[in-house]
Amino acid sequence: MNLATLSASYLRARPLQTVLSLMLLALGVGTIVLLILVTSQLEERMHRDARGIDLVVGAKGSPMQLILSGIYHLDAPTGNIPLASAGELAKNRLVRKAIPLALGDSWKGYRIVGAPHDYPALYDARPAAGRLWEKPMEAVLGAEVAARTGVPVGGTFAGAHGLGGEGQEHAGEPYTVVGVLGKTGSVLDRLVLTGIESVWEVHHDAGEAARQVTVLLVQYASPLAAAILPRQINAQSELQAASPAYETARLFRIVGVGVEALRAFAAVLILAAGLSVFIALYTALEERRYDLAVMRALGGSPARLFGLLMTEGIVLAVLGAAIGLGLGHGLAAAMGAWLQSQQQYPISGMEWRHEELWVLAVALAVGVMAALLPAWRAYRTDVARTLAQA
Amino acid sequence: MISVRGLTHRYGQQQALRLAEWKVAQGERWLVLGPSGCGKTTLLHVLAGLVRPTEGEVEVSGESLRRLEGARLDRWRATTVGIVLQALHLVKHLSVRDNLRLAQYLAHVPRDDARIADTLGALGVAEKAARRPSELSQGEQQRVAIARAVLNRPKLLLADEPTANLDDQSALKVVDLLAEQAARHGATLVVATHDARVKGKFRERLEL
Repeated sequence: MNLATLSASYLRARPLQTVLSLMLLALGVGTIVLLILVTSQLEERMHRDARGIDLVVGAKGSPMQLILSGIYHLDAPTGNIPLASAGELAKNRLVRKAIPLALGDSWKGYRIVGAPHDYPALYDARPAAGRLWEKPMEAVLGAEVAARTGVPVGGTFAGAHGLGGEGQEHAGEPYTVVGVLGKTGSVLDRLVLTGIESVWEVHHDAGEAARQVTVLLVQYASPLAAAILPRQINAQSELQAASPAYETARLFRIVGVGVEALRAFAAVLILAAGLSVFIALYTALEERRYDLAVMRALGGSPARLFGLLMTEGIVLAVLGAAIGLGLGHGLAAAMGAWLQSQQQYPISGMEWRHEELWVLAVALAVGVMAALLPAWRAYRTDVARTLAQA
Repeated sequence: MISVRGLTHRYGQQQALRLAEWKVAQGERWLVLGPSGCGKTTLLHVLAGLVRPTEGEVEVSGESLRRLEGARLDRWRATTVGIVLQALHLVKHLSVRDNLRLAQYLAHVPRDDARIADTLGALGVAEKAARRPSELSQGEQQRVAIARAVLNRPKLLLADEPTANLDDQSALKVVDLLAEQAARHGATLVVATHDARVKGKFRERLEL
């Protein structure tokens, strides 16, 4: 017998109130943990994917759409730009490196990206099996694509028109898999890479003059370029430049409103849980006043009764927080599995963030605060008067 | 064992107890008699250190209760006094065994299940150890309450109206059990009652 087992026995004696308090706390903590996991992993992955890219150049349209399609491969491209314009821009003295990408086809929902070898090099990606593409119609699979499709090096597949995988299949122009990239944790894991010439070939190359690319990933030659180059490009009638840093920050501001609303809702849930713990302990005091008085009569000190009530609040808070933590990670894992099946950004339920410790600390503080007044009343139990009233 | 001099206790303006002098030797068995409201329960609470009297000196087992306070008083009560309350007040969601373990825990006595079994056995309720109080008869609950009171081998055993709501046979049996347990552990026994049926049980009586 100790304070923890005694507290647990009192909590078990009031299963409905205990479960209600635990559920509220678990839901609040779970929601906040889920938000922390999703937003932090998304931010981290989006920053990782945009690393080394200062500017994305493509056809006129929504700059955010250009970023989402050009870097993260999440949205439809704004259109194509002439290869000649892209080549001209690549020669600009303000540009250190320009990586052209050609999009348009997909395979089983995974996008086929025509690119030079600079593109996997941007993410330090190397083949885990086979080699990079050298000739037209050779393809290299990202780690996730290879794992989910099961096509080995030497296998063949035909791309389909469109980025969703539901378009007409280019059955006459099959790709041969010559390599599989090692896992990078970047967007490359979800892509099929090939040479730009392959994309042109599949779409019936009409010669040099008619060749197009979808986006150009640009690295600045100097900090000065950030001030001059986007303005220069946007002044041209057919090109648009978008800054990943600016557009992703804008995206997070937009998404952030919803995240903040959910976070506020979760905070309300945690507060409601605190109130529930308080009400449960406070109302239980009335039915336990004789128990508490008898404990004093048996030699229990006021501090021990205070500790008993505080332990109950803390046990509820720790259990609720632990369940909430499991719930948050479980939901993140389930969401991650679903997103992966949709070839979207993967979310892991197995990652831990230091912010979660703060959530646990807040949950514990809520339990302590909720138990303080009931514990103080237990401490002040007037033994003789209570026993005399029995 | 007990020495009371000039004891008065008031709740506000109302006098609850007045006792000029009372001495009890170790191992004696006393009945404290009187009608409801005469101060019997207050006297037991004073002897247990639960109430600090308004005036007077009270010594129990060589300790002046006026000098004891806080944690020392709690520790003294846990090791010196055992109480059987009128309403019993067993913790209803704990088993009989856990109710007794609780008494050991609160008295800072190391857990001793053998002593618990022995005490319950002596009171004839050993086989009820795993049951909850609500699963016991009134008489069995009474025995468990006595077991809890004597478990930590107190020098002073107090019982407040232990025969209330009991039939004649049970009332006499409970007083016998209390006397038997007090004798078994060498404790002084003070039973407060207004029950005429048990008046003849002990030679020593205090009328309030």
